[in-house]
Parts: sequence; structure tokens; C-alpha cells
Amino acid sequence: MEAPLMHLALVGTPNSGKTALFNALTGSRQKVANYPGVTVERKQGSFVTPLGRQVSLVDLPGTYSLRGRSPDEEITRDMVLGRTPGETVPDLVLCVADSTNLRLTIRLVLELKRTGRPLALVLNMFDIATRRGVTVDVAQLSQALGVPVVTSIAVRKGGTADLLRLTDDISAQGQLPASQNLWEPLTVAQLRATQREADRIIAATVSLPTRPDTWTSRIDAVVLHPVAGLAILALILFVMFQAVFAWAQPLMEALSSAFAALGQLVHDTLPAGLLQSFLQNGVISGVGSVIVFLPQIIIIFLFILLLEDFGYMARAAFLMDRIMGGAGLHGRAFIPLLSSFACAIPGIMATRVIDNRRDRLTTILIAPLMTCSARIPVYTLIISAFIPDAQVWGWLNLRGLVMFGLYAVGIASALGVSFLIKFFMLRDYAPAPFMLELPDYKLPRLKSIAIGIYTRAKMFLQRAGTTIFSMMVLIWFLASFPPPPAGAQDPAINYSFAAMIGKALAPLLAPLGFNWQIAVALIPGMAAREVAVAALGTVYAIEGGKEAAEQIGQVLATKWSLATALSLLAWYIFAPQCASTLAVIRRETGSSKWMVITFGYMLALAYAASLVTYQIAVALGAG
Amino acid sequence: MTEANDARPQLPLGLAKRGYSGVIHRIAAADSGSALSDIELESRLIELGFVEGARVEVLHEGIVGGDPIAVRVENVTIAVRRREAMAIIVA
Repeated sequence: MEAPLMHLALVGTPNSGKTALFNALTGSRQKVANYPGVTVERKQGSFVTPLGRQVSLVDLPGTYSLRGRSPDEEITRDMVLGRTPGETVPDLVLCVADSTNLRLTIRLVLELKRTGRPLALVLNMFDIATRRGVTVDVAQLSQALGVPVVTSIAVRKGGTADLLRLTDDISAQGQLPASQNLWEPLTVAQLRATQREADRIIAATVSLPTRPDTWTSRIDAVVLHPVAGLAILALILFVMFQAVFAWAQPLMEALSSAFAALGQLVHDTLPAGLLQSFLQNGVISGVGSVIVFLPQIIIIFLFILLLEDFGYMARAAFLMDRIMGGAGLHGRAFIPLLSSFACAIPGIMATRVIDNRRDRLTTILIAPLMTCSARIPVYTLIISAFIPDAQVWGWLNLRGLVMFGLYAVGIASALGVSFLIKFFMLRDYAPAPFMLELPDYKLPRLKSIAIGIYTRAKMFLQRAGTTIFSMMVLIWFLASFPPPPAGAQDPAINYSFAAMIGKALAPLLAPLGFNWQIAVALIPGMAAREVAVAALGTVYAIEGGKEAAEQIGQVLATKWSLATALSLLAWYIFAPQCASTLAVIRRETGSSKWMVITFGYMLALAYAASLVTYQIAVALGAG
Repeated sequence: MTEANDARPQLPLGLAKRGYSGVIHRIAAADSGSALSDIELESRLIELGFVEGARVEVLHEGIVGGDPIAVRVENVTIAVRRREAMAIIVA
């Protein structure tokens, strides 16, 4: 009879190389999902031992103790204690340590021992420790701790051989007896005593070099320097921003035109009708609108994973902490928010670098307020149609100034909202003070980065993709049904549900200066903000689609007042005009609640901003 | 590890300048202005290795107001805000 699946769980402090070990053991046989009801990533993989035992491995969130002070740490505690509903109790808990830095992990091992679960200690990054002159008496350490100890070099081929052998040995002994669980939350005195005990064991079994890693000290002397450090951070961000715009843009355009061509092919092949419209405007443009984000997501994650693996991310957080902290944001929110200027979707996905749930939620909620690239076509259209190409104070271009103003209002309101969230919405969460380990620098491993990007991309396509796609089909349905009556003169969309909704909403939007045509265009504009430009063209029956943007501008200039145009600009700063972003928020937070909250607050801000803008503009005579 | 040296003046690590090195004398969470409860702050500091007798050195200071600070604790580097570091009494 084949032996049953063996369940292993990886536990360790942040920066212990746990994820590298997980990648080395499972390769691409990984599944990333969320634990039910919480925003915690569940990473599970599988491998086969040299003797043929099937093993399922979970990578538990990094923690310094079992106190469970955050949802992530609660998951780790509950999984180890076998309290998570629907999860198998691990047959063996592997505690992973960075061999150059054993102090904090040995204390964790002592705490884990009290749970009574079968336990082994893995001394990871053993090669780096050896090179630095750290020597560990493995046998004596194992004896002192009372648990098996193996060394490992996760990033080297064959570096996990000892661990695999140990797994086989333990597997051969059959079901390991779990002893009684004596664990309960440690008091401060117990915690202190445990750290003393850990320090005593280390003193007896490990000899440490007296000087710290020289490379890390040298790099930090520059990277954390108040002046040079900020300059380097700015340079990294500049390159990253350039990459997202300059490298991703051609790929995105290629993908976008490929899907348009495919749609056109369907259009030409099939007879005109419902099926043709569904395939071209529903399915193909729906799938296309998901895939088109992939280049940006891959490039942003390439940078984030490289910086994270190198050890720079913690330094960036160190540099930005006080600057971000004034608005109630964590230093680590910096990169996700910056990414949101390209697109909120990779930005929101990048908030996974923030461990604390409260900080992560705040960042997710304000990320859509960063002016993403999809707003640019809308801004450009309205600005070039309504704002004169004039100079201010002789050297500033008025149009550029308005554009800058739109970006600035977005940033200012994001900071304001974050400040309000901090004080009103998430008060019940203990604020996470900035306490962060600055790990030694390490060369990023290509394999690890590749696996990381692959799992993110797969997750985006599978999970966000299904939601985005279904929303696209819904929007297509609203814009296509019911079909126009025979002999209709107006564009087809004017007879659809979208038009009915638009006309029904028109009285509500009238105080903002929006006519029913704008209200109708806002509905297909939910698919993606830039679609509103083409939709306005359709509603005003202008031929030529996107290429006719200039022509649309000329028509709009004759049909709208300046007040209406300014009001629409204000609307677009805030309005939750992007179904994909909402879908990703739902996926990343694991509940519809935060999606609804985001939609609601952005809509309220948009309405208020447009109302104020329009009424002031009319009062000043721009109506 | 060495025992705390009573001959040196005691001060909170939150007031130490870049380059300061010393030994942790005690943790006094009640005296800091942290938003965390005393027990929570003390627990977190111990979990990051700030225990009595550990050697500390202030390696780097942040840009605005020299905050946060990067502290070498034995052989680990920890970034911490000065407000929380006020709870760490060094000598």
C-alpha cells in the first residue's frame, strides 16, 4: 500500500530564506490562494522524497513568535496547533533559520517545542554562514534543543539533500508521536527567559565572527545615507517608472492591437448579429482587457522581487518611513502607491509586501486615487478641447499646469483619505510601529524570481481574470441590449440598457453639469477609463473610433460648456471608473466589503468634487 | 555578551546619536510614548532581540529628524522609530 501523503509546514522568521527553501523543494508545483475569510496568502506545494514519499508542503507566514499579533501570524500559530478548520495538522514542522543570524530563530524553536508537534530545525544559507566564519556544532545544537537539525543551501542544486534525507528518515519511522500541547501565549517574563535560554544555547554551540558582513556595511553606508540614499531611491524609482511606461507600453499596444485585429477578424468572418457582437465586443475585448495588463504586472513584479530578494525593500521603507508616516502610511506602501501611477492593478497586487493588514488595507483603498495611465487619454481629450494653449507667467504652459493639478489633487486626496482611515475606520487594529529587520544583502536568484513572477502572473490571470471577464461581459450586455428597433437613426447604444440607465441617472448628474450623453458614456467607461473617450464618440455618433479623438474634442467643445468639462475632469480624478480595479480589490482583500467601500467612497468624492467644481465654475460665468 | 556596565551614564536608545554603542541595561516600556501597550511593546522588542545584556550600536539615522534609526543588536540590524527606542535603556 502506498504511504499516505505526508504534510510538512515551513515556519520561520521573516528573512530566514523560507521562501527560497520552499521554491527549491517544490519548484513550480505551487498553488497560491488565500486562507478562507482572511487576506493571508496560502502557499502550498508538493514534492517527492528520494525514497518516493509524496509530500505536501505549506509555507506559513513569517513570524518571530506564536503570539499571533496579526492575521498572518494567527494563521501560522493556528496551523501549527492544528486549529485551522479544513487544514491537515502538519506531520512535521520545519523551522527555518538564517544560519548567519540564529538568535531570534532559536528562541522561536524553543517556543515551537512547547506545542508538542514533531519539529526539526533547518539551518538555511549555511554556505553564507560558513563564508562569514560562523561555525555551528550541529550535533551539539541538536542535542541542546532536543530536535533534529539539518543544514541546507536552498539556492544551490542539491543543497536540500540533507533535509530530504531527514524527511525520509522521519517518514520511515511512521507517524511521529505528537506530545501534549503545553503552549500558551508567553508572558513578557517567559519571553525574556526564552531569549536568555536561546542565547545560552548559541553561546555553547555556535561561534560567531566579531565583525558584521562587510558588504552589507559598505552598501548601507551609501544606500542609507540621508542624501545619497534618497538619490539612489529616486534613481531606482525613475528606472522602474521608465520601464513600466517605456518597456510595457509597446507590449501593451501590441497586445491591444492583436486583440483588436482578432476582434476585427471575427467581425469580418461572422455575419452581423448578436453572436458577432458578443464574440468581438464581449469575449475578445473582455479577455484582451485582462491580458493587456500582464506586461505591466510582470515588469513591476520583476523590480519588486529583485529589490525584495536583494534586501533593498526594507531599506526603502526605512528611508520613506517618516515621510509616509505623516499620512498614516507604512514605509512599505511607497512602492505599491508609486506603481499605481502606471496602473492601480499591479499597485494593489504589490501591497502584498506590506505585512500588516491595517496598513495593507489603507494602501489598497487609496491606490486607485493615484492618477493611473488610463486617465491620461480622458484628461488629454478634455484639456486640449477646452483649455487654451496659453502661457502662464510667461513660461508655464496652462495645459501642462492643469494636468499637473489633476495629478496633485489625486495625491493630496490619497493622503487625506489615508489620514481619515487611520483615525476613523481601522481604529480597532493595533497600529504597527515601524520595527523591521534590515537583512544582509544577498544576490537575487533568477530561479526564485522567475517562480515568483510566474505565480503572480498565473494568479492574476486565473483569479482577477475571471472576475474582470465577467464584468466585461456584463458591460457589453448593458451596452448592446435591447437591440435598436428596425430603421433606427441614432447609434445602437442609445437604445440599450446603458442608455436607459444613463437617462435615468441624468437628473442625478444634472447638478454636476453632465448631460445624458455623458451619463451613457460613463457606463461602458466602467470597463476601462479610456473607453469613455470612444464611448463619447459613439454616443455623439462620430465615426472613426479612437483615431477620431481630435474630432471628438472639436465636437465636445461646441456641445459642452467649460464648466461641464472642468466638472468631468474633477469626476475622473476620483470616480471608481474601472471594473478591473474593483475586481482586483475584491480578490486581494478576499471580500466584497472593501470593494463596495472603495466604490462608495470614491463615488461620493467624485460627486462632491464635480458638484463643487461645476457650481463654482457656473457662478464664475463659465456655464 | 557582557553584563551592563554601571559606570557609564544610562540613556534611552531613542536619544542616542549615530555611532553610539552600548549595552542594553533594561527595557522600560512604560516610559516611552509608543502607541502600543507596554506589554505589547516590550514583547515586540524582546522578539527582535532587544534583551538585557545585548550589545547595540546605532548604525544609521533616517532623513527627517534622524528618525527612524538602524540599530545593530548583536548580529542583527533592526530599524526602529526613536519613539519605540525610548523604551530601551542603554549604558
